[in-house]
Formats: sequence, structure tokens, C-alpha cells
Amino acid sequence: METQTITQEISDAKAETAKAQAVELTGSEALLEALIVEGVDTIFGYPGGAIMPIYDALYDYSEKLNHILVRHEQGGIHAGQGYARSSGKVGVVFATSGPGATNLVTGLADAQIDSTPLVCITGQVFAHLLGTDAFQETDVINITTPITKWNYQVTDATEIPEVLAKAFYIARSGRPGPVLIDITKNAQIQKFNYEGYTPCNHIRSYRPKPIVRPQYIQQAAELINSAQKPFILWGQGVILGEAEKEFKAFVEKSGIPAAWTILGAGAIPTDHPQNVGMLGMHGNYGPNVLTNECDVLIAIGMRFDDRVTGRLDKYAKQAKVIHLDIDPAEIDKNVKSTVPVWGDCKETIPMLTQLVEKREHTEWLNTFHEYTRQETEQVIHNELNPTTEEMTMGEVIKHLNELTNGDAVIVTDVGQHQMVACRYAKFNNTRSNVTSGGLGTMGFALPAAIGAKFGAQQRDVVAIIGDGGFQMTLQELGTIMQTGVNVKIVILNNRFLGMVRQWQELFNQRRYSFVDIQSPDFVTVAKGYGIAGKSISDRSELESSLKEMLAHDGSFLLEVFVTKENNVFPMVPQGCSVAEIRLK
Amino acid sequence: MEIQETDKQEFNITVYTENQIGLLNRIAIIFTRRKINIDSLNTSPSEIDSIHRFNIVITESEEVVRKLTRQIEKQVEVLKVYYHTNADVVWQEMALYKVSTDVIAEKVSVERLLRENGARAVTIRKDYTVFEATGHREETDNLIKILQPYGLIEFVRSARVAIIKDSEGFNSKLREFERLEPGEEVIENEYLNKGQKVFTM
Repeated sequence: METQTITQEISDAKAETAKAQAVELTGSEALLEALIVEGVDTIFGYPGGAIMPIYDALYDYSEKLNHILVRHEQGGIHAGQGYARSSGKVGVVFATSGPGATNLVTGLADAQIDSTPLVCITGQVFAHLLGTDAFQETDVINITTPITKWNYQVTDATEIPEVLAKAFYIARSGRPGPVLIDITKNAQIQKFNYEGYTPCNHIRSYRPKPIVRPQYIQQAAELINSAQKPFILWGQGVILGEAEKEFKAFVEKSGIPAAWTILGAGAIPTDHPQNVGMLGMHGNYGPNVLTNECDVLIAIGMRFDDRVTGRLDKYAKQAKVIHLDIDPAEIDKNVKSTVPVWGDCKETIPMLTQLVEKREHTEWLNTFHEYTRQETEQVIHNELNPTTEEMTMGEVIKHLNELTNGDAVIVTDVGQHQMVACRYAKFNNTRSNVTSGGLGTMGFALPAAIGAKFGAQQRDVVAIIGDGGFQMTLQELGTIMQTGVNVKIVILNNRFLGMVRQWQELFNQRRYSFVDIQSPDFVTVAKGYGIAGKSISDRSELESSLKEMLAHDGSFLLEVFVTKENNVFPMVPQGCSVAEIRLK
Repeated sequence: MEIQETDKQEFNITVYTENQIGLLNRIAIIFTRRKINIDSLNTSPSEIDSIHRFNIVITESEEVVRKLTRQIEKQVEVLKVYYHTNADVVWQEMALYKVSTDVIAEKVSVERLLRENGARAVTIRKDYTVFEATGHREETDNLIKILQPYGLIEFVRSARVAIIKDSEGFNSKLREFERLEPGEEVIENEYLNKGQKVFTM
């Protein structure tokens, strides 16, 4: 009885304090308070009319919240993605209504397909103006519905704490993704009785992770234990689930060779003896060919993208498939599984590790090594140690590996240089490969590298970008200039839109339709922004220039002229099975 | 792999959701993105206050329907999705028919036909009469054919509403959803519990 009274007293006291603490805040202030409680330290954004009240409030919060003024909202959201990918935290982006919001669309689509946690705040016209074609009014909720995990329009300030709590919870939990909150101007201005912020940890209609079925773990383990040629494919799910250690333990105990999708790169180090390389269209030879020879395929946190599977009706038909994924909609979406393992891989992998026998698949692993030998002989050696006068993309990456020792965060754009960088870059650590995987967004790398540096300030961040992609978002050099953020930029300039050119060469009879792209003098452009730079076309300067770039105090742009018409191989041509991968 | 036309049949998709603006669009685009036509769509309250229920009818293969239901269920404000063939549900559609009152008054046969087809008058005016009929698609279609010779002025049919034969309602399910750690059954599992009743599926 007595304890009850005490408890009662305590909760009364708490209620009193809460009441006493209730202060009058504007919607904008409540929003910024929410960000602080959620542990946000960096915001990437661009102001405008409909988000002005939030920016006005931000003026007083600038000590707690570091706002990075970007040069374009697309740059802002890609920076938010880079931040999220390198830090594992939720990226936060501000944009105004209308064009500000529509400029977020590419980044939202990119974050949605690559499962990147973001909370984007857009300003919106006054609620009474909604639907009147008011100045800078766009129906951002309907525009972004297919490309957000969740979105919501706030028209009343009192909703803000609860909606923000939901936004962060949804963005980061389960399979992460982008959330957009559209806040009308009146709600930003409106004062209300703010009673504090309670983070959200449950929404009744939302199941972030399916419940693990021990029966399936059991079945999966039995399959693995009876397998002669088991093969692990891992994806970004291992990184998103922060299950790198658990994954490594599983790989090492089971002795199974493991290959990665580009977004999974780095979850275990590149030089781990069981890491047999990259999957997919430009992946390694062995992993592609042997996908169609293994007897049990263990897919962990990957979604069987068409760039990974090639022709689906000839994909791993001989294999029994175990698919571990947190998103039930991914199971059986593209590849039918024999044993589906729903659940968070942080939980499911250790359960599996416990049940699998300790084994060494030496002979099977050697089969992979034999393919590596062939690939090295026919492709890799020439790419990394070319005898041509002009430099190759691969040798640039090789020298970079030697200088960074595999510890840098590598951010890539989209195209040939991306495939080369993902194939040859050395990753010792997780969260080191930041690239636009599913959407293939050119222009991603420069802003994403800025964000990645803010997300991992102790690490070196090197952006590898093509001459085409760099010109899509080069305005973000202004962001580098103003913030002084230290980002190393390597432009691999082949004076072509290389990947399209490669396809035109191989499949369109060399009809080079609009791939011959001219570029400005990038070093002069960088200089205009106060960024040091250098352009080289001679191999003898490569190593020293990379050293100079890495040693430079501050950002540095290094343009490397490489062979104009080099092709990325191996390649699984479109419409072919993974076993039909070509070495030339 | 092309889905054979012959694999396609009508499926009734039942979606339990929160009542949220914009959710209709979120669900609709899951179909339109794949260029799948929605044959019928109805939104209504459910047996539980605050929980809404969508009845969606599409003609597709079960394989496609299963994937669609998972995509729908993935939406944050969707609680649960079920799909059933026509045999697994009790369903009705309602239709309204406007015909000239003069014709009805003059031709006794029309009255008989309407009676035979279970139609009833909802409005009778000097100039026109509106009849209502409820039933399956072929029944309401049939009445169009019957009334056409007598000068059918206007016709409209409602979306389909369907009750799942095997359902025990959503109340117990919802209580599980409201718990922080729901029971195992919340996760639909076609492999483990194949062939059992819908609510332990």
C-alpha cells in the first residue's frame, strides 16, 4: 500500500514538472527541439519563402544544430544520404516548398531504392492556400508518395512533436528509408503549449521487423550443413542491420565463400580470405559463374536486383535458396526461396551461426580462386598494370588503395568509374563505400562526399567521379568552399559518357550517339571556388599527385585523363544469364 | 517469365488500415505502377472504430497478387492485407437503373422482369423511376440487358463489398498489433501454416 502511494506521489510530481516545463513554442521551435532530442547534429538545407519561419528559429539554434547551406536542394539531399551512409544516423534535409521540394525528388527516389534513412522537412504554403495554385505551391505529398517510406503534411503546430517522433522512428527502423514531412507556413509560425518530446518506439500498423521463426533457422542450418557447394551473397542489409561482426562470425565458422553486391561492399574486408568478390553485371568472374553451380545459395540482406541476377529464369536454378531479409516483401519477389528467413539479420545470423557446423570448403573455395586467376590474367592485370600510354581508371584506384591503405570512405558517382572503383577499391571497414546503387544517379558523388565527410569527420573521404557526372552537381563546390569541408575529388576524365559509350560500342555498332561530352577546365573551375587542384595525363605524375591530394590541407580536385575508349569487363550482357559473363 | 493469361482470375483484396489522408493514393499506386487495372475499389469503416477497410478487386495471377499484398502490407499505415478468390468471400455489388416511368406504367412485363430480378424501386417520379438491384456482377449486368429495350436512361454500379467467409473479425488481431511485442501469428506465413484458416495463415 505504502509503495503504491509513493509511486503515485512520484508520478504526480512528474506530472507537475511536466506542466511547469510546458512552454509556449512555435511550430518551428518545436521542430528544432525534436531534432536535438533525436541526436541530430547536422542539417543540409536551402532556405526559401515557405520555410522561412523554420530558418528564423534556426538562427537561435545554430550552436546546437550545424546547418550546411548547399547550392541546390538535390545537393542537399545527396549530402544527407552521404551523411547517413557514412555515419549510420538519419540524414536531415531542409527545403522550401515548390521547386525546393521538387528538387528533392531524385534524392528521395535514390534513398528509397537504396534504403537510406532520411528525414526531409519541406516548407509548404499556408494551409488556407492549399490547392489554390499559390506561389511556390506544389503537391509534394502526392509527388513523393511512391518514393518515400512515409510522408505526412502538418497543418497544425501541435502535431509536430508526435509527427517528428514517428518520422525518425520510421526512417531508421526496420528496412530504413526516406521520410518527408511537409509543414505549412502557418504551422511553423503557430504557437502552442509544448510539453516536451517523446521519441516513438511503436506504431500499431507498422511492423519494422518480422518475428524470427526458429523453425526456419533450423531448416536453413540443415540445408547449409548438408551442402557441398554453398555460396553466400550479401548485401547492404548486413551494414544497415549493423551485423558486420555477426556476419563475419557466420562466414568464418561455416567456411563458405561469400560475394557482395556493391552496396554490401566493406561489410567484411576486401582481403578477407573468404571474400570472393563482387556480384553482378560488372562483378567478378567466379561469383557470377558459380552462382549457377552452387547447391545452396544463402542470400543475406540483398534483394536480387536485375543487375545482380542477369536473366532471372536462368539464375541459380540448380540451387536451393535461403533468403534472409528484414522486409517480407523482398522474399520471393525475384527469386523463389526454399527457406525464407524473415527477420533482422542481427538476430537471425547468430542463430544460424550457432547451428551450422564448423567447416572448411577448401576445394570449393579453390574453384573461386581458379576463376580469379583467369580473370586476373585476362582483365585485372591489364587494368591495374596497363602497358598503354594512356592511364586506366583501374590503376588510379590501385594507387589510391596503396596510399589510403583501404581506410578511406570512397564515394562514387555512376558509370564506368563507379564499376571500376567498386571492383578494385580496397575496403577495410564497413560504411566505406558510398554509391548510388539502385537508382544509378549521376551527380550523386560530389554532394554525397560532402555529407559523408560530415558523417565521418575522422576519416578521409575520396570522391571518384566521371567527367559527365561531375558536371551534374558541380555547383556543390560552393558548399565545399563555404564550409571548408575536406573532401578529395578525383575526376576520371575519359572525355566520354563512358558507360553509354561502352554499350554503344558493344551493342549499337559503335554508333556513338551523344556521348562525346566536352568539359570545362575543371582545375580552373575549382580554383574559382578557392579549391586547390591539379590535372594530369602522364602516368609518371599519378602517384605523386595522389599523394599531394591526400596530404593537402583541405579539399583538393585531381583530374586524371584516362583512356578514352576503355571498357569495363567482365560483363554480363543484358538478357544473358550470370554464367554467360564475358571477359572481353 | 510471362504470366499466362489463363492463370488470371478475380481476387478480392481486403486491406485493414488506419484512417489516414493520402493512404488511398499510396495503395492505388502499388497497382498503377505495375500497370494493373483496379476492377473495383471500395473504402469503408470496418467492424472496429477507427480502422478502415479497403475492398479491392483485380484480375491477376495468384503469384502477382501475393507480391502486391506484401507491397501493400509494407505501407506504414496498413495493418493487414488478405487476398481471396471469389469462392472464399461473400460479395455484393449494388446497381441503380433509371427508366422512364411512362414505360413502366404502360408495360406490365417490365414490372414482372424487375421483380424476377430482385430489383426494387427507390424513387418514383412522374418522369422517371430509379430501381436498385444488388447481387453479383452477372446479375446486375443481366438487368441492364433486360431494361435496355425499354429505354434505360442511366445506369451506375457500385464497387464490390466482400466479407471473408473464414474470418473471425479483426478485433483480436488488432489487440496483438497494439502490443509492443505481438504474437507470432501477426506475421503471415504462407509456408508454415499453409492451408489453415485465414487468421492463422
